[in-house]
Amino acid sequence: MQELLQYHVLKKENLDGLVTRLAKLQPLAAPVAKGDGNFAFASVHEAGEMTLDYVPTILPPKKYFLPPRETLLHFDVRRGMHVETVGDNQPLTLFGVHTCDIAGIQCLNMVFSERPRDYNYLLRKRLITVIGLECNGYCDANASCALVGASLPNGGYDLFLTDLGDRFLVHVNTQAGDDIVDTIKVFAPAAAGDLEALAALRERKRGTFRNEVALDPRKLPELFSRSLESPVWHDLDGRCLACGNCTLVCPTCYCFDVRDEFRIDLATGRRIRAWESCQSEPFALVAGGENFRKTRGSRQRHRYFRKFAYPFGKYHRFFCTGCGRCTRACMAGIKLKETLTALAWGQGG
Amino acid sequence: MERTHLPESNWQTRPARILRTRQMTEHEKLFEISLGGGRTLDYEPGQFVMISLFGVGEIPISIASSPTHRTSFEICVRAVGKVTRALHRLEAGDELGIRGPYGHGFPIRILEGNDLLIIAGGLGIAPLRSLIRYVLDNRRDFGHTHILLGCRTPGDILFADEIDGWRKRMDVHWECTVDRAAPEWTGQVGRITTLIPGVDMEAERTFAVVVGPPVMYKFVIRELLAKNIPEHQILLSLERHMKCGMGKCGRCQIHNFYCCQEGPVFNYSDVKWMPEAF
Ligand SMILES: Cc1cc2nc3c(=O)[nH]c(=O)nc-3n(C[C@H](O)[C@H](O)[C@H](O)COP(=O)(O)OP(=O)(O)OC[C@H]3O[C@@H](n4cnc5c(N)ncnc54)[C@H](O)[C@@H]3O)c2cc1C
Ligand code: SF4
Ligand code: SF4
Ligand code: FES
Repeated sequence: MQELLQYHVLKKENLDGLVTRLAKLQPLAAPVAKGDGNFAFASVHEAGEMTLDYVPTILPPKKYFLPPRETLLHFDVRRGMHVETVGDNQPLTLFGVHTCDIAGIQCLNMVFSERPRDYNYLLRKRLITVIGLECNGYCDANASCALVGASLPNGGYDLFLTDLGDRFLVHVNTQAGDDIVDTIKVFAPAAAGDLEALAALRERKRGTFRNEVALDPRKLPELFSRSLESPVWHDLDGRCLACGNCTLVCPTCYCFDVRDEFRIDLATGRRIRAWESCQSEPFALVAGGENFRKTRGSRQRHRYFRKFAYPFGKYHRFFCTGCGRCTRACMAGIKLKETLTALAWGQGG
Repeated sequence: MERTHLPESNWQTRPARILRTRQMTEHEKLFEISLGGGRTLDYEPGQFVMISLFGVGEIPISIASSPTHRTSFEICVRAVGKVTRALHRLEAGDELGIRGPYGHGFPIRILEGNDLLIIAGGLGIAPLRSLIRYVLDNRRDFGHTHILLGCRTPGDILFADEIDGWRKRMDVHWECTVDRAAPEWTGQVGRITTLIPGVDMEAERTFAVVVGPPVMYKFVIRELLAKNIPEHQILLSLERHMKCGMGKCGRCQIHNFYCCQEGPVFNYSDVKWMPEAF
């Protein structure tokens, strides 16, 4: 019965109690409707401000783990080489994170904890509490979370909520999660029947979430190993606008630029890192003006290989969570599922 | 947002001071740098450092000296843009910030006991000088050593006085060619590839080490293979734009390799399939 101890029940009428109490403990962010069917993680104080029935937010929770702009160090050139290395440091609770976005955070965790470790990231990550939320059905037709195995929870959260109709079943995954359950007294112990309801829901989900692309995910590494010269990249070359939206919104894209900024006194300033996209032309420029990814097609190829091929060899996992954001955000109508299908069939996408 | 000091940050730079500078050519300047306080930079030939000029930026630069001399190190910088031009304005006594060393250099342990064919195109001599000096300082540990240098014009030849010294040594074979020169130039004229067929070497036990502008590699490799040098004995330094040096920013990625971590020195047999390599 050890397993039962890790589960609690949250009655739906207690959701607001939980959210208001969480917001008092430390800053809280959750999905908020922004109009036109768009959602964004934003600061909330009560349940009424957030929407739990949402299509993946415009930007993934990556923005809290790896902020779009982050100060790395302060310098003062009047004092020789005086520098102070800094970290942005703010406790935060993320509420209502879908499994695909939790998978995205897991990808970032792998990258930034690999040696040499990135302490700016790791320190910030330690201060963020993640409360997940199960998707009982697809958010929309652009998702491909089943293909990459992100439609079911697989760790990476402190607490995880599953909607069982009149109540949420809450899985406690970490001590931090248990502390919340202990502190905020809105939970009730789960009963065996609750676990049965969960098992039934998961079973139904296995029927609903079926591999969205007509190819076996286990064959993806092999498919990519033969796709370096695929006509698909040529097709994308003609279509991609190189706007970089697809990388900006991707929960597993983490490339960055580093630059210095002086303050108005021209003596003190800071070094920052800011998101950067491999879809921009200068990204792969090297000495003498040579560029090994001059064409948009070759940069798109790089992006797809960075999702499905390179990380698989290194981390044994795809760096695509199937969230569908790149497809929703693409102004040229390039669709991830179509690209993969075209690769599998060896044709232009 | 709270800002706290982060003592274990990877972005920490070490203060360093310029001991001496030397204008080498119109565009290149040599800097001798010391970390001060008796501290030394622990590096291997072929590695690079990140050089910071605060407020201007941070760039990767190869170490041009050999770790056999440890109190200071040298870098040779071509002025091409923002940071490099600002660097050129610095003189002895000025300070800068250093991170590193980073990357994998030339595999000295493997090169020892073998013959060497060192091929430098233009500024490629900077990282190779680190290796050449190491070899000369430990000459007995290496076999026959050939050094081929290619430059645009005689005026672009870097380390000309040192090269004079190598020329006089009987234990290295040295040749130089320029792309174009005035008639009074008595040396060779032509691409660096034209020097390779004439080198008298035992291909089976020769390691070729090549550093130069990206366009050079394809042609040089073709000549080396024609000389029967085994693919895994061809080493190339593939230098990509770098922002972090830590395998994170993605800037230096060549397919599945991060140049800053797994490179910049690569084995040809590992990278030959890569359209993004050269
Ligand atoms: C591992 C490594 C070792 C290097 N060793 C040396 C060296 O020993 N001596 C030396 O002079 N240079 C070396 N470089 C190149 C040096 O890093 C660039 O010249 C420098 O970053 C340019 O900075 P900048 O601010 O002056 O130029 P910018 O103002 O940023 O750019 C000026 C021009 O140079 C190009 N450029 C910018 N950054 C790079 C870059 N990192 N690599 C290639 N082209 C670039 C730009 O596309 C632009 O055309 C090395 C680069 C690498 C990756
Ligand atoms: S590649 Fe597209 S679908 Fe995959 S994680 Fe990134 S944004 Fe989501
Ligand atoms: S969002 Fe679409 S158009 Fe923009 S860079 Fe990505 S694939 Fe190209
Ligand atoms: S320089 Fe940032 S990944 Fe290599």
